[in-house]
Amino acid sequence: MTTASVTAGTSRADAPPPDEPRIVPVRHWGRWIAALVALLAVGGLIGSLARNANLHWDIVGDYLFEGLIFDGLATTLWLTAAAMALGLVLGTLLAVLRLSHNPVLYGLSTLFVWVFRGTPLLVQIIFWGYAAALYKKVLIGIPFTHITFISGDTNSLLTPSVAALLALGLNEAAYASEIVRAGIQSVDAGQTEAAHSLGMRPALTMRRIVLPQAMRVIIPPMGNETINMLKMTALVSVIAAHDLMSNIQDVYAQNYQVIPMLVVASIWYLSLVSLLSLPQAWLERRYGRGQSAGGTSPLARLFSAGVLPRKAANAQAGPSKTVKDPA
Amino acid sequence: MTTTPQTRPGGTLTTAEAMVRAEGVRKNFGRLEVLKGIDLTVTSGQVCCLLGPSGSGKSTFLRCINHLEKIDGGRLTVSGVPVGYRQRDGRLHELREREVAEHRRSIGMVFQRFNLFPHLTALENVTEAPVRVARRQRAQVREEAMELLDRVGLADRAHHHPAQLSGGQQQRVAIARALAMKPRLMLFDEPTSALDPELVGDVLDVMRSLAEDGMTMVVVTHEIGFAREVADTAVFMDDGIVVEAGSPRDVLTRPQHKRTRAFLSKVL
Ligand SMILES: Nc1ncnc2c1ncn2[C@@H]1O[C@H](COP(=O)(O)OP(=O)(O)OP(=O)(O)O)[C@@H](O)[C@H]1O
Ligand SMILES: [Mg+2]
Repeated sequence: MTTASVTAGTSRADAPPPDEPRIVPVRHWGRWIAALVALLAVGGLIGSLARNANLHWDIVGDYLFEGLIFDGLATTLWLTAAAMALGLVLGTLLAVLRLSHNPVLYGLSTLFVWVFRGTPLLVQIIFWGYAAALYKKVLIGIPFTHITFISGDTNSLLTPSVAALLALGLNEAAYASEIVRAGIQSVDAGQTEAAHSLGMRPALTMRRIVLPQAMRVIIPPMGNETINMLKMTALVSVIAAHDLMSNIQDVYAQNYQVIPMLVVASIWYLSLVSLLSLPQAWLERRYGRGQSAGGTSPLARLFSAGVLPRKAANAQAGPSKTVKDPA
Repeated sequence: MTTTPQTRPGGTLTTAEAMVRAEGVRKNFGRLEVLKGIDLTVTSGQVCCLLGPSGSGKSTFLRCINHLEKIDGGRLTVSGVPVGYRQRDGRLHELREREVAEHRRSIGMVFQRFNLFPHLTALENVTEAPVRVARRQRAQVREEAMELLDRVGLADRAHHHPAQLSGGQQQRVAIARALAMKPRLMLFDEPTSALDPELVGDVLDVMRSLAEDGMTMVVVTHEIGFAREVADTAVFMDDGIVVEAGSPRDVLTRPQHKRTRAFLSKVL
């Protein structure tokens, strides 16, 4: 045996010796059965829904690409985008104020977050929708002087769309500020010190050094916030802001086809939410640059996990590939 | 300001003046008195090594020099200018953040834990401050940055992110980053203590060549060999005061003080 393996070892180094036992993997019968039962249950449910006459798939089909629905969709999309933008900008500002050493600014920021997180969004939306009952006229200027920037009738300034945007955006700012604050605080204090020691001012340090690193912590929850926002825009239907849900309600108020119209709404919300997950994944990769595991695409991770051949993985995920030259 | 001729290990004779002058510098953290009156002068073009046991206030003093910490008493000047203050009408006016930042541009600092910006490449780490702070031409800054990276032996790693570099390489990038602002004074806070022993030499070599070029340096270090070889003055600190200062030969080989002797017997 020993002499034979020495002579054979040089030519067939990789082949297992003939007397080595074969490996038999464990068969998970329980898992297979559970999966089968679950598939049957889900299949049965979908089948019964599909054959249910009360669902009126014909009506769903008629309204899925209807003009009014598209209008609502457009409103929902810009409302989501604008409210998130407002929320992120204002939220970042609030976070910076909250971390500042100025007690007044800290207090104001804390008060804002307390109020807008502490009251239901639905209440805030209705509040903005009916703000005219509180102030008949809007005057924005410098207090105790005659200088005004904006003045006008509340009802004409605060249209349902503007009220919806304000309600969603201000509410989002309160949540975003907490997320941004956690992100800023997750960045090592040594980064700020290093930036300061190079002569960078606090604002530049925040913008160029701290916030880009905080993004890693900020983006995943903000992605969730965006997806939530898309769905929460449905709430503004209470002030008839002509979003997707408002228009759906308008339709079923006339044709009484509540369930089919809700299916139309669900199909659109689901599709948009699925679409939104794509840029989120991209952003997470972009801001993960320079971190050990963050800088690779899902495809590259598939390669490096050994699912696909190694050679291709190196071509995909080599460090020089992900590093872009700024100039 | 005293002006004394100074001989450098490199052999050049320069006219020297005080780059850093500390007189009775005090600093507390709450009720904890960390610096209890530091007196120290670092002459321009000299290398000053700060030694001392853990917690003696070495890092705190170094951070006071570029105003990362505010002093609570005494006088501290860099190139004759009080750190963090402007002298006017016989009073010291506290500087704004903007003015402090202006001050810090001429002082480079190298940290124990490197503190490279992880989201930027090595080259971007070096070019960030000259471009954004000094507002210099990007192309020229890049060229100089490449020269600096070449000088620390890392030109081939210019486009790597810090996570892709070893500790020793990161620290050399950090030195290049500080040098890119063309500082008059370099502060090093235990630049090699977070490194594996075999990586220490490369970093010390870079610092040695800086010293030979006449850079004024204040170095907190436990590398007694480096201090003996490169330093012009060695300063032994303990418990917030300067116990002993002088030529490295005196302080490190023939320490006068019991505390210095006790410390040296531990680290050697
Ligand atoms: N930001 C801070 N807040 C409170 N106490 C601090 C702070 N920074 C330092 N100290 C305290 O000040 C004392 C001196 O710290 P310092 O970092 O200057 O020591 P050191 O001589 O650099 O020590 P080491 O060799 O361990 O780095 C220590 O007791 C430390 O706990
Ligand atoms: Mg220290």
